[in-house]
Amino acid sequence: MGVEYPWFVDDAELLQRLLAGDETAFAALVTRYHPMLVRVARYYVNSEASAEDVAQDTWIAVLRGVDRFEGRSSFKTWLLRILVNRARSTGTKEHRAIPVDPTSTSSALAGRFDEGGAWREPVVPFTDVIEDSMVNKPVVRLVHEAISRLGEPQQAVVTLRDVEGLPTTEVAELLELSVANVRVILHRARTKVRADVEASLRGGG
Amino acid sequence: MMKLTTYSIVCRDAVELVSDYLEGALSRRDSRRLEKHLKGCPNCSAYLEQIRDTIAVAGEVSPNDLSPEALSDLVDLYRRFRSPLE
Ligand SMILES: [Zn+2]
Repeated sequence: MGVEYPWFVDDAELLQRLLAGDETAFAALVTRYHPMLVRVARYYVNSEASAEDVAQDTWIAVLRGVDRFEGRSSFKTWLLRILVNRARSTGTKEHRAIPVDPTSTSSALAGRFDEGGAWREPVVPFTDVIEDSMVNKPVVRLVHEAISRLGEPQQAVVTLRDVEGLPTTEVAELLELSVANVRVILHRARTKVRADVEASLRGGG
Repeated sequence: MMKLTTYSIVCRDAVELVSDYLEGALSRRDSRRLEKHLKGCPNCSAYLEQIRDTIAVAGEVSPNDLSPEALSDLVDLYRRFRSPLE
């Protein structure tokens, strides 16, 4: 079955059509948000399968409650709140500890600096690397692959902040982290993703 | 007395500040230090560009993230949910 709604049809309109019983509107919402839900659920639960279950449960809750959605928050925020509530209870059952260690430094740049702290080799903008690169994959693919290789909590933080564009305060609230912790985690995640993309462009990944 | 703001940073320190800089979360003093370093350092400027590009690209919609199988599973879920009502 095809998803007939293009990206510029907004969530509010899709919700209206969903309420009217339009199956393709549901498919469009799922296409838009299911991967995000699975990624964020992964922060709370121990396995990919559990994350998938939590995300599916969230869609059922959406179908049950869509007529009560008041539009005071965005659909995305509403959806994430439902997911996080469900994932939290599942995560507690699985005794998932949330690892945040703001003191450990990132190793993604290990060996790149000399004793004086200057770059050993020149850094070139990605646009220049791409011109010389033998890798045909679009950078958007490389970035998303790099994000999917991140561990937690980095993957959840970078997904909500950089992929979905939520404000840092909202990310902190959803993941029950301090804003300061979100920033530290985000910094490490971006450092790693950048290094990963650079390695891939150079044919090393 | 030497002012605190006059000490400069090296590349290894600069890269640690880039993410917070883009978040607008650096103190004014750290921002100034970083900007001063960037002015004289093409490598760190390129690094900042790379991080900026990474963030911009992450926010682009990535097509086909959802497999056709996963989509059809979810649509089945929808059909099962709807059918008792009809
Ligand atoms: Zn530098």
